[in-house]
Amino acid sequence: MNPIIDGVQKAFQLIFSGDPTFYGVVYRSLFFSGVATILAALWGTPIAMLIGLREFRGKTLVKSFFNTMIGMPTVALGLILYLVFSKAGPLGPLGLLYTPAAIMLGEAVLVTPLIISITTNAIEAVDPEMMNLARTLGASESQTSIAILKEAMNGVILGNIAGFNRAVAELGVALLVGGGILGATDVLTTDISLYTQRGDLGLAIAFAIILLLIVFGINLIIMLAKKAKILLTFGRSPQ
Amino acid sequence: MVALVELKNLSKSFSDRTVLDNITLQIEEGEILALLGPNGSGKTTLLKILAFLEKPTGGEVTFQGVPVTAKNVEQLRLQSAMVFQRTMMFSTSVYNNVAYGLRMRKMPKTVIKEEVSKALSLVKLEGFEQRSAKNLSGGEQQRVALARALVLKTKLLLLDEPTANLDPKNAAIVEDVIATANRELKTTIVIATHNMFQAKTLPNRIALINDGVISEVGEPSEIFSRLSKNLASFAAVDNTFVGTAETTADGTTIVDIGNGVRIEATAQRSGEISIFISPQDIILSKSAVTSSARNVFKGRITSIIESGSLVKLTVDVGQPFAVQITKRSFSEMGLNLGSEVYIAFKASGVQVV
Ligand SMILES: Nc1ncnc2c1ncn2[C@@H]1O[C@H](COP(=O)(O)OP(=O)(O)OP(=O)(O)O)[C@@H](O)[C@H]1O
Ligand SMILES: [Mg+2]
Repeated sequence: MNPIIDGVQKAFQLIFSGDPTFYGVVYRSLFFSGVATILAALWGTPIAMLIGLREFRGKTLVKSFFNTMIGMPTVALGLILYLVFSKAGPLGPLGLLYTPAAIMLGEAVLVTPLIISITTNAIEAVDPEMMNLARTLGASESQTSIAILKEAMNGVILGNIAGFNRAVAELGVALLVGGGILGATDVLTTDISLYTQRGDLGLAIAFAIILLLIVFGINLIIMLAKKAKILLTFGRSPQ
Repeated sequence: MVALVELKNLSKSFSDRTVLDNITLQIEEGEILALLGPNGSGKTTLLKILAFLEKPTGGEVTFQGVPVTAKNVEQLRLQSAMVFQRTMMFSTSVYNNVAYGLRMRKMPKTVIKEEVSKALSLVKLEGFEQRSAKNLSGGEQQRVALARALVLKTKLLLLDEPTANLDPKNAAIVEDVIATANRELKTTIVIATHNMFQAKTLPNRIALINDGVISEVGEPSEIFSRLSKNLASFAAVDNTFVGTAETTADGTTIVDIGNGVRIEATAQRSGEISIFISPQDIILSKSAVTSSARNVFKGRITSIIESGSLVKLTVDVGQPFAVQITKRSFSEMGLNLGSEVYIAFKASGVQVV
């Protein structure tokens, strides 16, 4: 029998079997990427606000630095992070190498430039007079920044979704700092790579289908959201 | 009268460009002051300084006798509110827009709810609370912007061209609200305007500003009579002309404003006078139609400016006339730069200033 057809068949059996080991991998992929995105947003958003709202020398340089970093090959970053987390590295004593924490931190670093760039662009697209509007209505400087961030919310959300997308789909960082330990640090991409090498195409294809579904799903949501403009209105209602 | 704000030898430059030059002006408690000046004369910049949003490069600003410094500026901003020339809405509901400043002031929810609904009814937008602000028409947005500032009941209210892009109905609502706020809340109001008619009826005083310099300050009647010549030469004011008036046998007046343009007015005057025709009172057509309008002139379109739902045209009939029509009629009439058109207005629409 054709190993590819066999693989596809096995893949669908797995997907519909509800196998806990299989879905454990799916869960880890989503969870690690989710935490990584949240971390990156936590430190990336304030940085984007500084770049987007302040005028300073070297601003273009900083912006092009983050833009360039988006294209960083994931294996190269994975290697750098491996060196940082390894026993002899600066964070070696923490013993994070090959733990979920290492993957989450590593992927957070990976998606940070992407989130910063998109968020900065979104903030810069807001009418700068909006800051004066918030101020004249009585906002302090920090409240003014928050008002601008709210106006940029569409772009900010988009940036975070793009970051999540990249984290879920990348292999280099997860493999090099996570090690792909089965049941502990393996995720969709590391398992696709592992099972393909082992010749277990059924599992590899099953994981790939799930990964594609996630990525397509995310993009579908973005598209629908743009269409329905559901991201355009937000904020508390008076009641 | 007590001065609410005092500007002493105030100047403002952006890099090398001086935008405001040695301005000394007192804004008195409870008054409505109109800043009348042409494009680029510095009206917006001056309002922003009065709103404590822009820092002067020279001179002094005092608010109720207290000099404005970097330390007290955030505190002072709570005492003044500016409505901007270009209407900006937060991308949220009308309610949240109007409530914004009250929330910044940490007002209790129940108070906010009450005040917002009062402010909205003042600008005739009752029941608009839950509408998305960005989906409102330009006129409605401008009224939300006004409500958003009024609801704060600040001592000082700064309005930058509050009716410039509004149709007469919306403009009337806005002017009414301005007068009410001044009368009932004793709000001190500074309005930057191009609109001669508005400058004549609303304010207690007018300051003429040109090239960053305030050339005249006075009561409207004073400014309009004493300075009528100066005013007419003032580029800010559309459709204002100086001419020689002669009364006719049937009791009207013919004003020769030069270049072969003779305008019929109902007011009985003779000698050198200034007249003003509101752009809204002028009817535009592609052919000479018979109507009751006593003044009909043929000319060409020399400029087209779109603003909101309106289109502002300049028609040269020997003298330039500003005419306002809706975007819809503009496209239906198929007009272009250079198009030959007729303008018409009634003799009673000619105001002697
Ligand atoms: N941030 C800025 N940087 C540089 N120049 C500025 C800035 N703001 C205003 N100017 C300049 O200052 C001058 C006065 O501008 P301002 O907006 O105060 O005029 P205005 O009287 O409000 O004009 P308009 O009737 O067109 O609104 C203009 O020449 C403008 O180009
Ligand atoms: Mg202006």
